[in-house]
Amino acid sequence: MPFERWLHLIPLRLRALFRRAEVDQELDEELRYHIDRQTELNIAQGMTPDAARTAALRAIGGFESRKEELREQRATIVIEHAARDVRYAMRILRRSPLFAVAAVGVLALGIGANAAMFALIDKVVLRPLPVSRPDEIAEIRIDGYRHDFGIGDGFNSELTHPLWQLIRTHPHAFSGMFAWGNTGLLFGDGADRQRINGLWVSGDYFDVLGVPAEHGRLLLESDDHRGCGASAVVLSHAFWQRQFGGSPSVVGATVSILDHRFTVVGVAPAAFTGLEVGRSFDVALPICSVELFGNALEQREYFWLRVMGRLRPQWTIAQASEQMRTISAGLFEATVPPGYSSESTTRYRAYRLTVLPAARGVSQLRANFAPALWVLLGLTGLVLLITSANLATLMLARAVGREREFTVRVALGASRHRILSQAFIESLIVAALGAICALPVAVLSSRAMVGLLSTSSNPVDLAVHLDWRVAAFTGAVAAATAIVFGLLPAIRASLVHPATAVRSTRGLTVDKHRGLAQRVLLVGQVAVSLVLAVAALFFVRSFQNLIGADTGFTQDRVMAVYLADLGAGDLPLEQRVAFQSTLTDEIRSVPGVVAAASSTHTPLSPASWWHSFILSIPGAERTGSPWAYVDPGYFNTLQIPLVAGRGITPFDTAASKRALVVNESFVREHLHGLPAIGTTLRTFAEPGYPATSYEIVGVVRDTTYSDLREGKRAIAFAPLAQDPGLRPWANVLVRTSGPPSMVTEAIKQRVTHLSAGILVGFTELRVQLAERLVGERMLAWLSGGFGVLALAIASFGLYGIVAYLAGGRRNEIGIRLSLGSSRLQIIRLVMGDSLRLVIVGLAIGLPIAIALMRTASALLFGLSATDVGPLAAAVVFLAMAAGVAALIPAWRASRLDPSSALRAE
Amino acid sequence: MSRPSDLVQGTLDLLLLKILALEPLHGWAISQRLKLVSGDVLQVSDGSLYPALHKLEQAGWIKAEWKPSENNRRAKFYALTRLGRRQLEKESAEWKRLSMAISTVVQLPEA
Repeated sequence: MPFERWLHLIPLRLRALFRRAEVDQELDEELRYHIDRQTELNIAQGMTPDAARTAALRAIGGFESRKEELREQRATIVIEHAARDVRYAMRILRRSPLFAVAAVGVLALGIGANAAMFALIDKVVLRPLPVSRPDEIAEIRIDGYRHDFGIGDGFNSELTHPLWQLIRTHPHAFSGMFAWGNTGLLFGDGADRQRINGLWVSGDYFDVLGVPAEHGRLLLESDDHRGCGASAVVLSHAFWQRQFGGSPSVVGATVSILDHRFTVVGVAPAAFTGLEVGRSFDVALPICSVELFGNALEQREYFWLRVMGRLRPQWTIAQASEQMRTISAGLFEATVPPGYSSESTTRYRAYRLTVLPAARGVSQLRANFAPALWVLLGLTGLVLLITSANLATLMLARAVGREREFTVRVALGASRHRILSQAFIESLIVAALGAICALPVAVLSSRAMVGLLSTSSNPVDLAVHLDWRVAAFTGAVAAATAIVFGLLPAIRASLVHPATAVRSTRGLTVDKHRGLAQRVLLVGQVAVSLVLAVAALFFVRSFQNLIGADTGFTQDRVMAVYLADLGAGDLPLEQRVAFQSTLTDEIRSVPGVVAAASSTHTPLSPASWWHSFILSIPGAERTGSPWAYVDPGYFNTLQIPLVAGRGITPFDTAASKRALVVNESFVREHLHGLPAIGTTLRTFAEPGYPATSYEIVGVVRDTTYSDLREGKRAIAFAPLAQDPGLRPWANVLVRTSGPPSMVTEAIKQRVTHLSAGILVGFTELRVQLAERLVGERMLAWLSGGFGVLALAIASFGLYGIVAYLAGGRRNEIGIRLSLGSSRLQIIRLVMGDSLRLVIVGLAIGLPIAIALMRTASALLFGLSATDVGPLAAAVVFLAMAAGVAALIPAWRASRLDPSSALRAE
Repeated sequence: MSRPSDLVQGTLDLLLLKILALEPLHGWAISQRLKLVSGDVLQVSDGSLYPALHKLEQAGWIKAEWKPSENNRRAKFYALTRLGRRQLEKESAEWKRLSMAISTVVQLPEA
């Protein structure tokens, strides 16, 4: 039934919409036919032709008004009106191009900034993995494990290979399980060797995820078996494009990875970049190939894998978690790592597995920056809010300027509803144009933000592009914006009274209600601007606190030289120590190098080293401390002053008594008033590190270990020569007399001269510090920019409103001036009114700002949400900007020529 | 909007549907037919005729077609659709019910 109805109606309506002229013409013809026939009839009944026609017209009730009534009756009339309003609004906007361009431009920036933040948050936080049915993907990990046991490899170090081997024998809740880990690899041969991102994956990784191959095949269960050696490798789409120009013939080719030959079996699709958002893989190797580079498959203390699975449809996360928990005890019991103290292994045995949703993958980027991104989205939202308020003020002024037009239209019979929708459509068009221009702004600025977050040591690989999610968000924001800035002026426009059309537009004194909306908008703008200014000052100050924090050691002209692949792994311990000190000596002898020292730990680098120990006194309890193995030049290189006892000397050798230098915090925290020098402590055993007794021989000033936010903390320094586990890599800290970049080439030459295979990398400590603060830096820069923008927008708005209000009081000012008011009194009159509004705005904004900073306090360093300094500074800044903005129009009003002001009436 | 003052509201639709059920007609002819069949009792103003016709067309009960008329000029002829025929049945049943009720009330003996 309804179908049959629409069968009739759709052609009818489409015709009314797209053949309007034709339909109108038919209407005309139909009525004309009727009138002609009636006129004929009237004549036939004896009327004169003129009278006959008049009678026919009167009978039908007027030709034009009948036509109009019939037109209005059409169902499509709403659309027709809208189309007419759009055309009309476009005409109005074209008539004031400056306003149109400014409004669209401001909105494009405002909406674009919001869309950019959303695009980034969507990519980093919200979006599910590009695999089939991502909601079923879950991760199995140790409940509460904080990388505080065993050896880790960074962000994805959650489980050991022996644990994975046991977990996979209990797949009940999962239709498939897989393990993966990430690693840096060297790709290619000789001089062309380059660092790439590698992925170790279990054989069923791609299968369980449901990722199809783009070329060739992906890894299979059969690729991943013990003793596989160097066999199959899968390339990512991006790496394949970059390295092989997208040539399909790469399938079957052999490539060199870490000097082993692997066969390329296939290419992964472009959409799949791995399970870590923000870090894409270049190549994926089966886990079994790890055997080529060490015994990670057997090591029970080496955490380097993540284990995930696809939940069976009828299983929930909670059920799977419960199931994993029940089998945990046996699993951990069977994989207790050897070489640890009994306390440590007890802790290990108590671990329990849990299952967590992993539909959105994992992300270090998310873990590090999500809070900052949300804060920034909030700030861009506020910027857009004051932009909208500002635009609303402008639109209101325009509505007032067009009051006569609106009143005339109302007087001529236009309904208020029509006036309102017509005025609102104008705002909608501005917002829509702004949204369209916002899209490129959004994509470009979110890419720029990815650039801000990306560092050489931690590159962020995130492709942000325009998609329907971003477009939908942009559209929604634009619609909301149009409501904020367009509805009020539209209502204001529709409230005109026809009678005012004939009255004068300007009264003698200020009309209390005139400008009420503007006043409210101004208060709002000031309040929001204050919030933005406070946020800017807090985040900038916080960043300054971090970057300028006293770390206790010299950062200027100090760089860390990273040496890898020393080729000394086969040497006995004594010779390795000798080799490393030769290496350091070589670097030290480079002209321009003031001091150099080798150490297992570079200050402020994210890697950390921890030893558990117990003081050798009765009743002491087990505790632990950050640890570093350093050579005799360390304290001199970083200029850390010695407070008591001695530093580490060349006489602290592998053969001599174990000596330890601690810092002042260590003494305070662990020694409880004991004399530091001469106290002994004993470390707990770990694999490769047997329990050892150290005697404290010296105390140094406090320094920051690895995290600036932790501030200075207890550290123990042991002689590098007594480090039982020398590694095939070394860090040498170098202090130079000039810019460190001047000596890098010379250092490289010396090192490669000593041994050609060594890879050398350089990082200045200042740069390393800055790289660890990219999130804070982004927050400081962007919030600072938003703060300045807010100040400018609010000042501009205030200027406009004061000028508008003063304009409305021209007559009054003219009279006051001619009655003998001084110019100063006029300035006070004009400014006083507006500045009261500013004070109200500040009073409203301040508690909001404090509340918001309190919720963001985790992002602050070295100041609290109620710190008076930045709060007062923000208030003063804003008040000053407001004063200047209000002074200009006030001053101009005071220069008014009274006679001309009165004559204008 | 003008409304037939001398017709019970809604009955104009019924009249138009009924007249068009007999044969397709153009607007002027409908107005003549109305006067003729009702013996000038039912005065439908020409002004309210066309809005009513267009409303019925928008509702899908009648459809329009341009055809040469009796004086060889093009005129817009309205004809009943299947939906319109169903609507006519419904409305005439309703009308019978209503008029019966009213005449029952009107014929009540006065005390």
